Amino acid sequence: MRGEKAWSALFVGPAVLLVSFYLVLPTLYTVYLSFFDRNSQSFVGLDNFRYLFTNAAVQAAFRNNLLWLVVFTAGTVLLGLLLAVLLDRVRYEAVAKSIIFLPMAISFAGAGVIWRFMYAYRPEGAEQIGLLNQIVVWLGGTPRAWLIEQPWVNNLALIAAGVWIWTGFCLVIISAAYKGIPKDMMEAARVDGANELQVFRHISLPSLYPTLAVITTTMIINVMKIFDIVYVMTNGQFGTEVLANRMYKEMFQFRHFGRASAVAVVLLAVAAVVMVINIRRFREEEGR
Amino acid sequence: MSRRWTPGAVASRASLHFVIVLLCLVWLLPALGLLVSSFRPAQAVSGSGWWTVFTTPFDFTQYTLDNYRHVLFQDGMARAFLNSLLISVPSTVLPVLVAALAAFAFAWLRFPGRELLLLIVVGLLVVPLQTTFIPILRLYSQWGAAGTFAGLWFAHTGYGLPFAIYLLRNFFAALPRDLFESAYIDGASPWTAFWRLALPMSTPAIASLVIFQFLWVWNDLLVALIYVGGTQEVAPLTVRLSTLVGSYGQEWHVLTAAAFVTMIVPLSVFFALQRYFVRGILAGAVKG
Repeated sequence: MRGEKAWSALFVGPAVLLVSFYLVLPTLYTVYLSFFDRNSQSFVGLDNFRYLFTNAAVQAAFRNNLLWLVVFTAGTVLLGLLLAVLLDRVRYEAVAKSIIFLPMAISFAGAGVIWRFMYAYRPEGAEQIGLLNQIVVWLGGTPRAWLIEQPWVNNLALIAAGVWIWTGFCLVIISAAYKGIPKDMMEAARVDGANELQVFRHISLPSLYPTLAVITTTMIINVMKIFDIVYVMTNGQFGTEVLANRMYKEMFQFRHFGRASAVAVVLLAVAAVVMVINIRRFREEEGR
Repeated sequence: MSRRWTPGAVASRASLHFVIVLLCLVWLLPALGLLVSSFRPAQAVSGSGWWTVFTTPFDFTQYTLDNYRHVLFQDGMARAFLNSLLISVPSTVLPVLVAALAAFAFAWLRFPGRELLLLIVVGLLVVPLQTTFIPILRLYSQWGAAGTFAGLWFAHTGYGLPFAIYLLRNFFAALPRDLFESAYIDGASPWTAFWRLALPMSTPAIASLVIFQFLWVWNDLLVALIYVGGTQEVAPLTVRLSTLVGSYGQEWHVLTAAAFVTMIVPLSVFFALQRYFVRGILAGAVKG
């Protein structure tokens, strides 16, 4: 076609400019800044990274992120899988799905308030106003300060809020894939005498592997950037800090742009692995 | 499959429903607690659990709108609500337009570097925004763009583009080839093909994307926190809410009402347009 190149430049130009300005160039520049001091004046080599890997507070953030990575990813994907399979068997599937998916629509800041309230704590004997502690009391236990007891209780409490938000996302995607599995395959196995667990283990699960892989990488990407929940619920106090909150603190509290950049580079490094996987998968799909 | 009502089958059906209903309650109750508490007077909220209203649920004297009056007009949530709208609408229209143009070129025009650019877009899907904050914030501060609406509009546009381009390109590429070829034979320009053919035929995809981007921006805390911070005249609901959490800590009658104000719009969008929202999620499971 005549003038196709000129038209293409007009069509793609604005996007290329904006993406370069807001994503590509700043990312490269941040990598560069991570080798400089707090004001980006003098080159300091790997000092910022040495700080990240030796400072006790940052170590705690790494450890928490790792805990998030394992528990949050496993929690969302497994609950999503469980619900996808269970809901397929009941008539009120659509309603139940909406309920589980609902938290995806609201802000994580709002969800953070919801769960702060769930975890509200009053000393033993006082009237509880947080539902979780009231349930504990009803069951004959003693109320706990869920967001303060470190390191396990409060971090797991935050992660639970994260799982509450993201399970619906996993459910919707896994459920769509589950419904795509040919039903006659499952029927044939049942006719041959397989029980439901065997059908799931040998037919449904293998068919879901590609979807589960995509979901898991998506959740890993999410979990590395988790910020809002921690910011609103504990602001990283009581040993709950994660990397994204650490970066925010380095940036606005300590005003150390070298270290803040280094934290961002660590997040980028994890994302880069997924980036390579995604690009490879995209090329395979396009090459059909 | 015909179901036989043996005792074992009945028990397994019952436990299936039990597990599902239990999980649905875990998802519903935290949100319900927030909603109920936001309508209870301050003393009631701090004096007894929100579930106690259900002993006399239709005694309407136990509910009040005072909390909403308080957060909207004394705590600045009304202003923040307006700001959220002023931020979200342009931050949705702009990226969708720019992305649609680029996506059309990626799908139907040939130009040098097309494959490479597309791979870059796919790669950028998972880049953590954290790696862009420092350079852009510095430029913004120099230009006086920090703390302005325009600064946020363009930032959200840049950040939203990779996903928007990816989603729309996949949709455009699936349109029938003959359509465009016969249009070109009739003398149509790429602009006409885009505006008169591709766009009108892609309403469902555009709708999904608009909803997705709108909710993304409306619910965003981090980007707003970085680029407008505490500037009250510009700060959206999420930022305002997190400030209130900092200053009100345990005053749950205020916090629950404030949190619910942030959720009204997303919840309405969700209930009215859930289908499109879910479709957007399914189409772009790799969004970073």
